[in-house]
Amino acid sequence: MFESLSDRLGGVFDRLKRRGALSESDVNAALREVRLALLEADVALPVVKDFIDHVRERAVGQEVLRSVTPGQQVVKIVNDHLIEMLGGEAAELNLRAAPPAVILMVGLQGSGKTTTTGKLALRLKTRERKKVLMASVDVHRPAAQEQLAQIGRQIDVATLPIVFGEMAPAIAKRAVNVGRREGYDVVFIDTAGRLGIDEAMMQEAIAVRDAVNPVETLLVADSMTGQDAVNVGQAFNTRIGVTGIVLTRVDGDARGGAALSMRSVTGRPIKFIGVGEKMDAIEVFHPDRIAGRILGMGDVVGLVERAAETIEKEDAEKLAKKMQKGQMDLDDFVSQIRQMRKMGGLSGLLNMLPGIGKMQKELAAAKIDEKMLSRQEAIVLSMTPRERKRPEIIKASRKKRIAAGSGTSVQDVNRLLKQFQQMQGMMKKVGKMGQKGLLRGGGGLPPGLFPGR
Amino acid sequence: MSESDNENGGRGWFGRLRAGLSKTSGRLTEGISRIFTHRKLDEESIEELEELLIMADLGPATAARIADNLGKRRFNQEISPEEVRQALAEDIAAILEPVAQPIDIERGHSPHVILVVGVNGSGKTTTIGKLAAALRAEGKRVMLAAGDTFRAAAVEQLKIWGERTGCPVVSRAAGADAAGLVFDAYSKARDEGYDVLLIDTAGRLHNKANLMAELEKIVRVIRKQDESAPHDVLLVLDATVGQNAHAQVKTFGEMVSVTGLVVTKLDGTAKGGVLVGLAEAFKLPVHAVGVGEGIDDLNLFDPSDFARGLMGLER
Repeated sequence: MFESLSDRLGGVFDRLKRRGALSESDVNAALREVRLALLEADVALPVVKDFIDHVRERAVGQEVLRSVTPGQQVVKIVNDHLIEMLGGEAAELNLRAAPPAVILMVGLQGSGKTTTTGKLALRLKTRERKKVLMASVDVHRPAAQEQLAQIGRQIDVATLPIVFGEMAPAIAKRAVNVGRREGYDVVFIDTAGRLGIDEAMMQEAIAVRDAVNPVETLLVADSMTGQDAVNVGQAFNTRIGVTGIVLTRVDGDARGGAALSMRSVTGRPIKFIGVGEKMDAIEVFHPDRIAGRILGMGDVVGLVERAAETIEKEDAEKLAKKMQKGQMDLDDFVSQIRQMRKMGGLSGLLNMLPGIGKMQKELAAAKIDEKMLSRQEAIVLSMTPRERKRPEIIKASRKKRIAAGSGTSVQDVNRLLKQFQQMQGMMKKVGKMGQKGLLRGGGGLPPGLFPGR
Repeated sequence: MSESDNENGGRGWFGRLRAGLSKTSGRLTEGISRIFTHRKLDEESIEELEELLIMADLGPATAARIADNLGKRRFNQEISPEEVRQALAEDIAAILEPVAQPIDIERGHSPHVILVVGVNGSGKTTTIGKLAAALRAEGKRVMLAAGDTFRAAAVEQLKIWGERTGCPVVSRAAGADAAGLVFDAYSKARDEGYDVLLIDTAGRLHNKANLMAELEKIVRVIRKQDESAPHDVLLVLDATVGQNAHAQVKTFGEMVSVTGLVVTKLDGTAKGGVLVGLAEAFKLPVHAVGVGEGIDDLNLFDPSDFARGLMGLER
């Protein structure tokens, strides 16, 4: 989501790194680029100004002039301030209420409320063994209640039976009553999507809120939102009162400035991010990691965590280690192809690795797509164990046999071998850059960057 | 539905558009007045003007160009806030003028096939419902194809629109192959002599290669029956979207040759200002704008009204 911003800042700081001492005008030149990058990333203007002012204040003067590597110092200041603005530590759902804990979902039309409701319900059900009830009070959009009911069946979470013609606050009240009577731990209330200025809909949401007294009111917002993020955040926060934000479609390529904007105008934490279409594609928001991603530091912690959830923990550690050392044979390659698919495909995986920002264009040029992954799997499976261990022994006749066996061509086999080589090289490089990133709280910066620290 | 209908019932489309844009233009107007009431047009005020345009989602590059343009013509002159708004509205309208083109379905295709694409939640299904209503009002026979077989209850949503507009809906069970469904819908529409076939598709993020490939497949399948189809490929954009709209137009354009844009939810607080930058960069026709939740709240795109509405001016 933040790749382009990373690239941009990367370019700025590359220039800074090449200079000796850092003057105030250097800082200002860098900050002009940062400002433009943030604006192009759809960070709201007032938030950008605030950000720039703070960074300038910290960057110019003693701190920087004393530093051995001024460019890196600016990176650090920008990084720290990003983390600070994004909200310090990760925040979980607050369920501290007499059961059922009511969670109210609000947001603009099409922001992804209903899908997010399903994802959070599934998360609470599977991870915390909560008994969850979902109710849609969207009586406006055609088939909205049916949509939640279908999601409920899909993830095996109860939904409130639909009573045709019932008003929103009444549905909400009924949901809580059913929740209490039938011993549910958590009740999700999915409200109708509304446009910020729609007073009637806002009133309805307030009536729903007052009817159920929610412990959490989550604002669901699209990460592609532009400058309007400020209005949205303010409107919902002042009118309804928001306790947290869920950012959706973070798996898109939007630069995601909305994250910064929303967080800073509401003062509420971003609690979760939606990262895909599947019902388990939701993650806790980690400001430090996202800030690291913004600055092109990658998100190795996220990678390891997601891997640990999808595959065995040991395997995950092995995988991360192997990737960092660049020690893979083709057997690992194929088992990793399988694991990668589980973890959201190659692109999802690579996005989380440090230092990938700049390589991404090359990768895109190499056209790594998911279909190719299955073809590559077939090719490797057509090799003998010995060939998989020592790919260098694969010469012309072996290639022909492998191609025939996998239903591909010799060129495809060649391409795979070459890509495997490149990948090994790349992983080695990545490993060198990202070792420190594996340690949480290590600042996500490569070791030795701040000798003075 | 009914609430907004009643609310909007008495007003013309410009009224609704202007009401929709009023938040933006309110702030813009206020800002412009603040900048220019006591000043000449100098570099500082041009920079502030640029920032106001950025806040309307015009994007830094377009905003800078429009602001500079005004600066070049009127630098160091006393200029009233009203005049600034006039001038900006004219500049913006001039950029938008070439792209304001209504959708033309009288090109001799039977059926005329319109494929509707976009990211999740942009308002594709609602737009199809409104388009169907508008075409029905012109006396066209319209068929709808429920190509969103992925999202829960998307088919049901389209069926409700089908009932409201009196259009048959071709659908299959959730999870069915969308391309196959579209193939059948085309045959049916052709055999039964429908004038227009509107195809809904599942929302997809444009950076997902596999989902975009699915969309390409739908197009391939239609072309097996009619090489000239789809005759229109509409990309539906949510007005709240920021600069990512550029990436959306670019990628959808490359994958399925988008022929025109529809901008939805212009009745919210969102600016839709990104349209200006899109018009410059892609020159794709803007066929219609959605300005409400009612069945009739889809309007032709009028650049002058849009620009003047954005600047808080009367028509």
